[in-house]
Parts: sequence; structure tokens; C-alpha cells
Amino acid sequence: MENFLQQLLNGITWGGIYALIALGYTMVYGVLKLINFAHGDVYMVGAMTGFYAAHALGFASDPSLVGFAVTLLAAMAVCAALGALIERVAYRPLRRRGAGRLAPLITAIGVSLLLENAGQLVFGADPKFFPALLESRELVRVGGVAISNIQAAVLATALLLMAGLEFVVMRTRFGRAMRAVAYDGPAAALMGVPVDRVVMGTFVLGSALAAAAGILVGLSNPKIDPLMGIMPGIKAFVAAVLGGIGHVPGAMAGGLLLGVVETLVSGYLSSTYRDAIAFVVLIAILLYRPTGLFGSPQAEKV
Amino acid sequence: MRTAVAAALCVAVLAGLDALLPQLLNPYYLTILTRIGVAVIAAVSLQLVNGFTGQFSIGHAGFMAVGAYVAAALSVYAGAGWLAGLASALPLPLARGLYFPVPLVAGGLAAALAGLVVGIPALRLRGDYLAIATLGFGEIIRIAILNVDAVGGARGFSLASPAHPGLDLRYEGFGISYAVVLVAVAVVARLVYATGGLAFRAVREDETAAESVGVPTTRVKVEAFVVSSFFAGVAGALFAHSEGYVHTNSFSFLRSFEIVVFVVLGGLGSITGAALAAAVLTAAPEVLRGLGEWRMILYSVLLVATMLLRPEGLLGRRELVPVRLGARAGGARAAP
Repeated sequence: MENFLQQLLNGITWGGIYALIALGYTMVYGVLKLINFAHGDVYMVGAMTGFYAAHALGFASDPSLVGFAVTLLAAMAVCAALGALIERVAYRPLRRRGAGRLAPLITAIGVSLLLENAGQLVFGADPKFFPALLESRELVRVGGVAISNIQAAVLATALLLMAGLEFVVMRTRFGRAMRAVAYDGPAAALMGVPVDRVVMGTFVLGSALAAAAGILVGLSNPKIDPLMGIMPGIKAFVAAVLGGIGHVPGAMAGGLLLGVVETLVSGYLSSTYRDAIAFVVLIAILLYRPTGLFGSPQAEKV
Repeated sequence: MRTAVAAALCVAVLAGLDALLPQLLNPYYLTILTRIGVAVIAAVSLQLVNGFTGQFSIGHAGFMAVGAYVAAALSVYAGAGWLAGLASALPLPLARGLYFPVPLVAGGLAAALAGLVVGIPALRLRGDYLAIATLGFGEIIRIAILNVDAVGGARGFSLASPAHPGLDLRYEGFGISYAVVLVAVAVVARLVYATGGLAFRAVREDETAAESVGVPTTRVKVEAFVVSSFFAGVAGALFAHSEGYVHTNSFSFLRSFEIVVFVVLGGLGSITGAALAAAVLTAAPEVLRGLGEWRMILYSVLLVATMLLRPEGLLGRRELVPVRLGARAGGARAAP
């Protein structure tokens, strides 16, 4: 039982990271109906930025909460700029030309390949070890379940960011504009919503969250490399679809569910099936609810 | 009659090239030619689903994996014996020529079966949900194979039979590879450009409208998916036998993405476009090899730039050579 609770906690921590990446997928999908396959690589760039920032600013050798916060913000800022750049260069020109939905998908794959290969060239293909920004120690022990300060930091950061996002989406002018574009882009444009700026803002938000996920992953699994974004990227996308793609709370729930299921499977069954279980859960849920857990059924207009 | 003449001509040309090319080109170029053939078969078959039927599958590599592993296992565990038997009665090249279609067809049939099993539930989903489900099935297939020890698991699977150590099960022939390419192109062209092929395009343009005029949309979609999976399996079997070694890493979702890129870059709804894109993009990394580590960067930049300049793909819905002529007269399925 204690073991189970410990695994559950590990799963929730891991799920929080998936959820942060999934949010970027789901928001971009919401406004553009585009599966942004480059998103997982933005998360990689976030982790790499954190690595270099922590070394440059001297936090790598001097663990502190301030160092963690500064590194996190630096990575989020760099990736926000990267997200905006990708949107501006690879997606907006296609939108202007009224290209269908598949051409942007291919440019997304192209940008993803570009980030992976440029990453190998710039950062080197060898794995790097993310500096310990926080000194690992046991924070509290509740009924035999140990919560480390790193897990607490990961969970607290993830929850804080998600709460912040919920606030932005539901309570600000920008959030209202974003929801309007997601609901009906052309109509929103006619009502005076600056669609291009909203789309860019969505990329900025999503990419910053992915960067945060990169830093959090660096804290808990310190080995990082230029191809680290591929698998978590696709899993986070699965999490977004699980929750109902385009649905913000759905992405959070999907991420947590996926993290917990994966951790339990590799803890109790076999770690070789860890990568498959995400897809098994996905297909089981899609067959039962074809638009995900929280997605509303699509009405067919004739 | 004209079809028979054309077929005989193709066989003659292929046989001639099959004999001639190994003398003209070094083995490295032959390997690349075979890889291009494999890519073209995969791309043309996916075009049937993604380009002509308007469904969006990104799990094609999973079916290639089924074909590759079934064909490889057949050759290693049973085929080596058959080939040895044939070779004792016939000259070796002839025996090999007679044997090699067997694993190719077996791989194709196994993949078609997998396509049927996956397609019936998955094709109920639409749009992006279908895409992600096919991606999921592809990955499940890959990881399932990774856990089968009889085909090497994570070590990969070599095409060498312990019972017949002297027998080379590898096959790197230009002839068979490109014969399969021609068959794949011909089958897809006849399916979609014959009168009955309107059903596929009707589903692509508007599923609801197609259903309302009596097109059996589910059957049409499953049919496209099964035919497409069959050729993916054949491509996988060809890949396994030309490389002589298979590993599940060759069939990850990145491979599926690559095939989707061929289809969209070539032009959705163009058979020759998909073939052209597959050939160019498979050859490009080899041609650019001199650039060293910059080569994949240039490749991805070219990919993005081409898509930005021609969002409809290289050929759009046009065909480079009139493949649709072959379907003009025959193949008229009764449109229900």
C-alpha cells in the first residue's frame, strides 16, 4: 500500500510535467486546429536553455530556490520568443495563403526536425547532466510516503503555472480573445479580434509552459539530450487528445492520468510496455468517447 | 491486349536493368535505389488513404513493421528450407527469383489483415482523432514486436537461418523491387481513377454527402485502408530482405511521419507526386552527405521552404505521367 501511494505520487509528479506540455498542444490546436509537432522540441530547448543559464549564472554549483526560479524564468522567456518566431516564420505565411490544414502540419514536422538537428549541432549529441538547482532532500513523510523537496517543487510549479494559465484564459481580455478565436476564428476577426496577435500569444504561452516542463524534468531526471523532446512530445499530445483536444482542463486531466498510468504500469507490470500503455489507454478511451474525456460531441452540419 | 504488351515490356525492361545495373553501379547506389523503391511503395500506398479517401493516417510504419517481421520470420524459420530445396533442383538465381515473391506476398497479406483489424474500429473516428489513433496503433504494433523474443526483440532480427547457414536470404535486386513499385502504382491508379474510384474521392470531398447518395462510406474507407496496409507490408518485407536485418527502430512514428511528408509534399491526391517526393527525399540525405552534420539541417529547412512556397504540394492533384489512362477502360466497379 505504501509502495502504491509512493508510485502514485511519482506518477502525479510526472503527470504534471506531461500536463504542462499538453497545454501547449491543446491551446494551439484550439485556435488553429494545428497539431504543432514541433512543441516537444521546444520543451527540449527549454531544458537546454536552463542548463546553460544555470551554468552561466552560477546557480549550478550553488543550489537555491532563487536560482531555480531565475533559471525557470530565463528558459520560459527564451522559449516564448522561440514559439513566437516559429509561428511567425513557419505557420503564419501558410495561414495568409489560405493553405489547408495539412501543409502547416508538414512545416511543423520540418521545424521539429530542424530543432532536433540544430540541437545536435549546437548542444552536441551527447547527453548532458542538468545541474541540481535544488539540493535533494526529503521534505515530509506522510504515512510512509516520502515527498522530496524536488517533487514538491515540481508539483507546486506545475500547479502554479496551470492556475496562472486558467486565470489568463478565463479572466483576461487576451484569454477572452483566445476563446473567441478558438470558437470561431473568422467571426472573431469580424468582431475586431486581432487574430494574428492572439495566435502568436497562444504560441508564446504554450512554449513558455513547455520550457517550464523542460526545467522540471531536468530537476527530476537530470539526463537531457537534443532528442529528449520526441517521446514526451508525442505522449503529451496523446494526453491532450485523451482530455479532448482544444480543452484546457482536459489537457491537465489527460496529462495527470497518463503520468499515473505510465508510472503504475512500469512499477507493477513491465517497463518495456511503458511506452505502449499510453497508446492503449488512448485507443480504449477514443473508442468509447471518440472526442476524448472532456470533448463535446461534434455536431454534424448538413 | 495492350495491357499484356505493356506488362511484357515492363518485365523485359526490368529484367534487363536487373542484369545490367549491378555491373554499372556500385552496391552502395543499388542499396539506395532499393530504399527509394521501398519509400515509393509506402508513399503511393498511403496516398490511397490520405490523398484519395481523405482519411488521415499517421501509423503507416506499423504496417510496414508487420510485413517486415512476418516476411523475415517466414524466410528464417521456413523459407530457407524451401529455398534450399528449390536450389537443389534449379540454378540458384532462378530459385531465388521464384522464392522471393513468397515472403513479399506473405508480408503484404499479414499487414492487410492487421489493417483490417485496426481499420474497422479506427475508421469510425474522424479527422485528427483518427490520425492519433493510427499513430497509437502503429506504436502499439512496434512495441508488441519489440517484446517478441522469437524475432530478436530489442536486439533486432537478422535474416540468417541457423539451419541453412550458407544460404543468403538477403535480396537486393533492382528487378523485384521495381516490379513491386509498378504493381503498387498500377493497383492504386486503377482503384482510384476507374469509375468506381469516384467512391474514394466522394468520401474525401464530403463524407456525409457521399453517404446520402448511397456510397458505402465505411466499406470504402476500410477497403482503402486494407489495400494500403497490404502494400505497406510488401514494402516492409522488401526492406527486411534488402537490408538483411530489421529492427523496430526503423518503424517508429518518425518513419510514419516521413511517409506522410512524402504524400503531402508530393501533392495530396497525386500518385506520381507521392512517388516523386519519396524518391527525392530518400535520395536527398545521400546526395547531401558531403555537407556532414549540416545535411539534416538543410534537409529540414528545404522541407519547410518547399511547403511555404507550394502549400498544395509539388504536383497538387495533377499526375506527372498519365497513370490514369490505364484505368480508363477497365476496372469499372458497379457504383451502388
